[in-house]
Order: sequence, then structure tokens, then C-alpha cells
Amino acid sequence: MYRYDDRDRTLVRERVRQFRGQTERYLAGELSDDQFRPLRLQNGLYIQRLAPMLRISIPYGLISATQLRRLARIARVYDKGYAHFTTRQNVQFNWPRLEEIPDILEELAEVEMHAIQTSGNCVRNITTDEFAGVAPDEVEDPRPWCELVRQWATFHPEFAFLPRKFKIAISGSEQDRAAIQVHDVGLELYRNAAGEVRIRVFVGGGLGRTPMLGEVIREHLEPRHLRTYLDAILRIYNRYGRRDNKHKARIKIVVKAWGAEEFARRVEREWQHLKDGPNTVTEAELGHFRSFFTAPEYRDPEPNTEAEIQAQTGADRAFARWLERNVRPHRVPGYAAVTLSLKPVGVPPGDVTDAQLEAIADLAETFSLGQARVTHHQNLVFADVRRADLYRLWRELKTLGFATPTIGTLGDIICCPGGDFCSLANAKSIPIAEAIQREFDDLDYLYDLGDLSLNISGCMNACGHHHVGNIGILGVDKKGEEFYQIQIGGAAGSDATLGQVLGPSFYAPEVPRVIGRILETYVRIRHEDETFIETCRRVGVAPFKEWVYAKAA
Amino acid sequence: MPRLLRSSGLVEDDWRRLAPEEQDFGGQRILVPLDTWLTHREALLERVPQRIGIWLDGDQEPDAIANDLARFGCIAIHFPAFTDGRGFSCARLLRERYGYCGELRAIGDILPDQLHYLWRCGFDAFELPDEVSLDTALDCLGAFSASYQSAVREAARG
Ligand code: SF4
Repeated sequence: MYRYDDRDRTLVRERVRQFRGQTERYLAGELSDDQFRPLRLQNGLYIQRLAPMLRISIPYGLISATQLRRLARIARVYDKGYAHFTTRQNVQFNWPRLEEIPDILEELAEVEMHAIQTSGNCVRNITTDEFAGVAPDEVEDPRPWCELVRQWATFHPEFAFLPRKFKIAISGSEQDRAAIQVHDVGLELYRNAAGEVRIRVFVGGGLGRTPMLGEVIREHLEPRHLRTYLDAILRIYNRYGRRDNKHKARIKIVVKAWGAEEFARRVEREWQHLKDGPNTVTEAELGHFRSFFTAPEYRDPEPNTEAEIQAQTGADRAFARWLERNVRPHRVPGYAAVTLSLKPVGVPPGDVTDAQLEAIADLAETFSLGQARVTHHQNLVFADVRRADLYRLWRELKTLGFATPTIGTLGDIICCPGGDFCSLANAKSIPIAEAIQREFDDLDYLYDLGDLSLNISGCMNACGHHHVGNIGILGVDKKGEEFYQIQIGGAAGSDATLGQVLGPSFYAPEVPRVIGRILETYVRIRHEDETFIETCRRVGVAPFKEWVYAKAA
Repeated sequence: MPRLLRSSGLVEDDWRRLAPEEQDFGGQRILVPLDTWLTHREALLERVPQRIGIWLDGDQEPDAIANDLARFGCIAIHFPAFTDGRGFSCARLLRERYGYCGELRAIGDILPDQLHYLWRCGFDAFELPDEVSLDTALDCLGAFSASYQSAVREAARG
């Protein structure tokens, strides 16, 4: 894991001091609401429907046990005893007091955390694969690259007042688990025929009002040019992105207006001036970043582990289910990556209490080298668990309520905070997620349905990534009433696809029944071994639509 | 009358800024809108070099004056709103691409909280609204003592 050096510590400390000053000037009336807004947003502070909301950065999702304990402490002392993990690998507190934010930031700085650029029209937290460093299909560990880009983006003097927010995701494996095609910039690390790392640069992806998939503007960027090339992209965006209409201000609109080719040409021209300049990445720097993410000392597998696991699964069906859904292979024999489900029925997806955070910290220390990862599915991952410990870990997780064996199934819903918390919402989203979880709580049915993602957003801003859910639900407002539009066929990852709307929207109480009809349709027409998304791709929306809107006989 | 923060401290502005349509070119030192310069370049060239300056908006193309930069005693980039960050890029282009070394001013709607980034992008003079104290301005200007990336100041330090 990356550890702060003197410069990092200095900058974070100076940021706390700066923000304390800004807060004081605001409270003293020296800064107006309009002036304070962009400043506080760049420190992750929203003024929400009910209270301020503070979003804290978890750089590319990596968090240590010490940091988890500090979040627990903050939840307890400054909030109502819980925290919320978001779809962007960050964590949010929903009830802090404005006056206390600088104190919270100071508490965070002590454990090498901050809220820098977690909101506002600037480059946001860099996101990546939650299985980085341990995935068997990885070609290049994205974490050193994430840290490199994080530092480049942090306090970048030229790009703090962009037309709109700017999100970058990095993937280094065959399967894209970082959804790089729905980010403003997506970076795919791969190796060329000579085995050298190259970067494929996607630009202009994004969800929201105008969902779009990113397009490749450079096939094989050499690593040393990464920063100067990003500078060129951002400069083009900063200068030519639209500022007259907030809904048309993302980079995707420029890419669309000019066409990807022309956009690439303009970037290229700009880059010619920046290339090989002082921001060129040196081998030494790369080595420095890589040195934080070297493989830990893994222990050799014990000879009878697999036999034991077999016996345990035979004796305990629940354990077997959990192994199947929540445990993934690790590139090192004898190890596994375990997903902790933060989605037990009845709890808003991504919410955890202070006590739970502490328990997770303890477990991370016992079972996973003292670290955890936050996933964009709003779960947590222990990336380095010995297979010999799986049964013991499972029992602990079960007691804590984090062993719901539904990862990747319909039960693993992604859901934004929605109308219960968010002032931008058109409709509530959490109660919808809960109603669906309750309606479909039969594990055998969930397993029979197999891999199926269901994503819910409370408005067009699409924080719940509804466009790329196999089933997507969007809260809409019709003359002051909450309705839900349903779409199917979306997918994130290497074969990213945007879903298609089924038809007229529904009242909240109708949603579970509608989902039921979509599932019935799938079960009826699927070919053997065909996943939900494969069926959608084969038959399109028509058969689903027909049954969903069929009049009761 | 807005005050000007220079490295020498807070000073009275000694440049007269011409409005967009204004054609009275009198005065010791005048700051001419970019468009006026482009239209009246011949006439304005007769002025003593260094006694003329240009002001432009962040969305204007600085390459239009790239070849004349040596004549200007001052260039001011106007921020229509402090949230409009185009001026930051414009400043770096003037400094790094076109090699402008005279005074580079940030004018218009800027917050003291932006001074540090403005300075890093190459500005060395800042128009300050009356309500901002010198203390606040200096504090903001020196908000950070380190940086992660090279912009104008870091490149100069080399
Ligand atoms: S999708 Fe809309 S309602 Fe949900 S969190 Fe984002 S802005 Fe709020």
C-alpha cells in the first residue's frame, strides 16, 4: 500500500489549514455561499437535504485497518455512528457539522487520508479494479499507475476549475473490472508483443443524462508520456469544454461534437508541445511507485487445505454457497480474494456502523494482511486470504452479517443514496432496493438466475450506474410524483453496453412485480447456461417488454 | 479602484484599462482589449513599446499575439467568473509556449483562494477586491509549500 512521504504529509496538512481558514472566513461572512461552494466541494463537502455530507477519498479503493478504525471513530464522534461506501470507492458521512469538518480532516490526515477533490469540477478520485495485484488475469498491476495519476491530479494548478467533474479509471487486466469505458478518461494497461507496458486511452465515456461509452484516442501510449498526455487532454477540455450549460459540460460532449478523431488530433497537437517536458515520467519514479505494491511474502499452501475445504462444504451448504459466490481465485496458490457483502436485506447498500468498521479492521488484520478494498459495487474485499482460513473467516463474517452469499447476483444491488439523503434526487432509491431484496430473497432462485446486476439511481446523475446494470432502475419525477423507469441489457466491463428503456415508468409498489416479470421472461426463454445479459443480447428488449406490459388476463 | 497585488506588495494600478469599444488610446500606460489590438494594430504599434499591454478573456486564443509579445509591458487575463478556469490554461500557454516574460495579471472575478494556483500557472500580479485583506491574500498565495506536478514556477526552478 502507498505510504505518505514528507511531501504528501506537508500537502495534506497545509490543505487542512487552508480549509480551516476557508470555513472560518465563510462563517464570518467573508466568503459568500457562492464563493464557498466550489471551495468546500473540492474538499468533499456537500450541503445536503438534511445536513452536510462529507465525502472522503479512498484512493483507488485501498484502505488499511488503521484507516478503517479511524473512520469508525469519526462515525462515532462526529456522525450518527455509521458510514456509507459509494460506487466510486469513496466513503461518505451524512451527518457531520460544518464547524467540525476541519477537525475531521485533521483526524484523517493523521492516518494519511483526506477529502481532497472528492467533489467539484476537478479531477476526482482515481478508481480501479478491486482485485488489483491479486487477479489471475492481471497483466499489469494498476495501483502504482493509480498513485502516479493521483499525484498528478492532486492540486493540479491548471485544472481545478474545469467545466465539470472529471473521472479517471485504470484497468490492468484482461477483464475490465473498473468500468473504464464509462469514465471521462479510461486507461487500459496492457503489454505489447515485446512485453512492455502500453496504455490504451479511452476518452469521453460517462453516464448521467447523456450516457456514452468512451472511445479510444490513443492505442499505445508509452508510460513515460502518461502525465503529459493527460495534461494535453485536460487542457483541451478545460479550454473547449462547454461552460454555458451544466448538463452539456462533460468532456463526452466535446468528444461527441468534434468526433473522436478530431478530438484525438487536437489532443495530439497540444501534446506535441508538452511531450518530453518536465512532467515526463521517469523510470526511477515508476520504480518508486511500484515499490509500494510489491507482492507480500505469501506462505506456501498447506497440503490438506483443499481436502478440508471439501469436507467443510460437504457439511455446510451455506459455506459452500458463500464459497461459490463471494470467494474468487487469487493468482497465488493457497490464497483467495473474499468479498464482504455490505448488502444484507434491510440495510441501505454500502452502509456500515462504527462497530462493524472496527470489526472489519480486526478481521483484515487477522486474515488479509491488514488491508481491505472498497469496490464500486459498494462492497469490501479482503484480497489476500489464505484458503486454509476461509472457513474461519466465513464464520466470523456470518456473525457480523457480511457473509450474505449473493455477490454478483440480483441480491447484490448497487444503489445510490437517493431521495432519503440526496438533494438532487427525483425519487427514493434505497426503499426500492430493499423491496426488491425482500421479494427475491430465495437463494436458490437467485443462484438459478445466476450473474445479474441490478443498479438503481435516484436521478439522471446516475450515481447508481443504472445504465450499465443488466437491469437498471432510474427514479424520475412526474409532476411531483416519484416514478421508476426500468431498462435492461446494460453491462459494465470489457463489453460495456448501455441499457435500453423498457417503456413507461412505474409507481414504487409496482417495481418488484415488474422485476419479477423480467426475470420470468428470462427464465422462460434462456438457452442453457445463458446468463441474463446474454439472453438480452440475443433477443433484445421485445419479449421482456411484452410480458412486463401484458394486461392481466 | 481595485488594488493590485504584486511581488512588491499592494499597489495602485498604474495601467488604464480600455473598455472593449473604446478608441481613446491616450495615457501613460494602456491595457488594450485583444480585439482592439487586432483591429488597430498598426496605429498602436506607434506607441512606445512596454507602455502598451493587452487584456483578454480566458476563452480567447493567445496565439493571436504570440509574435508581438515582446512589445507588451503587461498582459492581463480576465476571469468572467472565478469558476471559469480557462484563464489558467491561457496563462500557461503565454508563459510556456510563447515565452512571455512580462507582467501577467489576473483580473476580473478571482478569489484569494485561487492565488496560489494562479501564481503556479504563471501569473505574477493579481487584482484584489477591496474587501480582501492583504493578510488573507498573502496567506492564500502561500497556501502550499510543495507540489506534485511541474507548472510554470516549478519548470523555472528546473
Ligand atoms: S443519482 Fe441522483 S439521487 Fe442518486 S446520489 Fe446521485 S445525484 Fe443523488
